[in-house]
Amino acid sequence: MVPGSLIHKDSLMVIKKSKQAVRSFLFIFGVLLLSSCAGGKPTLYQWERYQTHLYEYFVGEGIGPEDQIHRLEEDLQKIEAHGKIPPPGYHAHLGLLYSQAGKNDQFVAQLLSEKKNYPESSAYIDFLLKNRTNVK
Amino acid sequence: MRKIGLTASFLLVIVILFTGCAAHTPYDYFEYKQSRPASILVLPPVNESPDVKATYSLLSQISYPLAESGYYVFPVTLVDETFRQNGLNTPSDIHGVSYQKLREIFGANAALYVTITKYGTKYNILSSATIVSANAKLIDLKTEKLLWQGSATASSEEGNNQSGGLVGALVSAIVKQIASHVFDQSHQIAGITSQRLFSAGLPNGILYGQRSPRYGQD
Repeated sequence: MVPGSLIHKDSLMVIKKSKQAVRSFLFIFGVLLLSSCAGGKPTLYQWERYQTHLYEYFVGEGIGPEDQIHRLEEDLQKIEAHGKIPPPGYHAHLGLLYSQAGKNDQFVAQLLSEKKNYPESSAYIDFLLKNRTNVK
Repeated sequence: MRKIGLTASFLLVIVILFTGCAAHTPYDYFEYKQSRPASILVLPPVNESPDVKATYSLLSQISYPLAESGYYVFPVTLVDETFRQNGLNTPSDIHGVSYQKLREIFGANAALYVTITKYGTKYNILSSATIVSANAKLIDLKTEKLLWQGSATASSEEGNNQSGGLVGALVSAIVKQIASHVFDQSHQIAGITSQRLFSAGLPNGILYGQRSPRYGQD
């Protein structure tokens, strides 16, 4: 064995190692890129499944208001556990479900939560509370 | 003589280049900035596609981009119910309600009128694509002025021809990934159309609303 070939073998190892490093770097870079695209951006609100709940309300067959209320309350607990307020419309949607389940006191309570979190809704909430019998 | 010809053709190229740039004239936000609405009433979208699910598929996905852009978005389900209680059952009936009446009932600063022009999958021999396209108008309910209008499209086949490069490929991968999730593909694509149409900070898009930390910076 000539010393030359030994050095050659070593340098081959170095090249192999650096190739691995490049590969793992690329992998990490790719993951970072993907995670930044997939919603790593901080959001104003904690949404949970709010929009899924809305879609289920509109088209969902066989999911009664009680089940929908259960899911929304479950998500609400997660949001409140983080000390956050739910996105605009969340309490109002929950209130609508309560009114459809015949729970009028809960309907009113949820509407007042919406108004408290979002004063922009005041006129509409007041209209709804005044015309309570109209919303079923 | 040859030199002049060369200079002239250079000039021509530059002029063409510049007109190419000028085609993207920035949107005129004068009325928008005068109005600066804080709250947006999203009306159920009028559906011009054959798929009856389109209206509520898109309606249920508009709250996110608008609220994240800093607006108060009225609860879309309760608003829909309010219209029904008042005998307005179709989006086109609802779009016909006077601005004044909308302002009286909802107290909204602005209303968003959306029309869905494409929603669904076209099956071809070689490839099929799910496409959702929509356009929208934002109207100040007090001054009755048009504040903004725009349109957007999303397709399941985006980036497949690699023209979008790395970003295109990534978008395509994400689209494919979410497309295979719970609901049907059109609904997922509608979500992307909605993000493109109703997110602030995009070219010619809506401006940031008062609840966004970026309000007033655009």
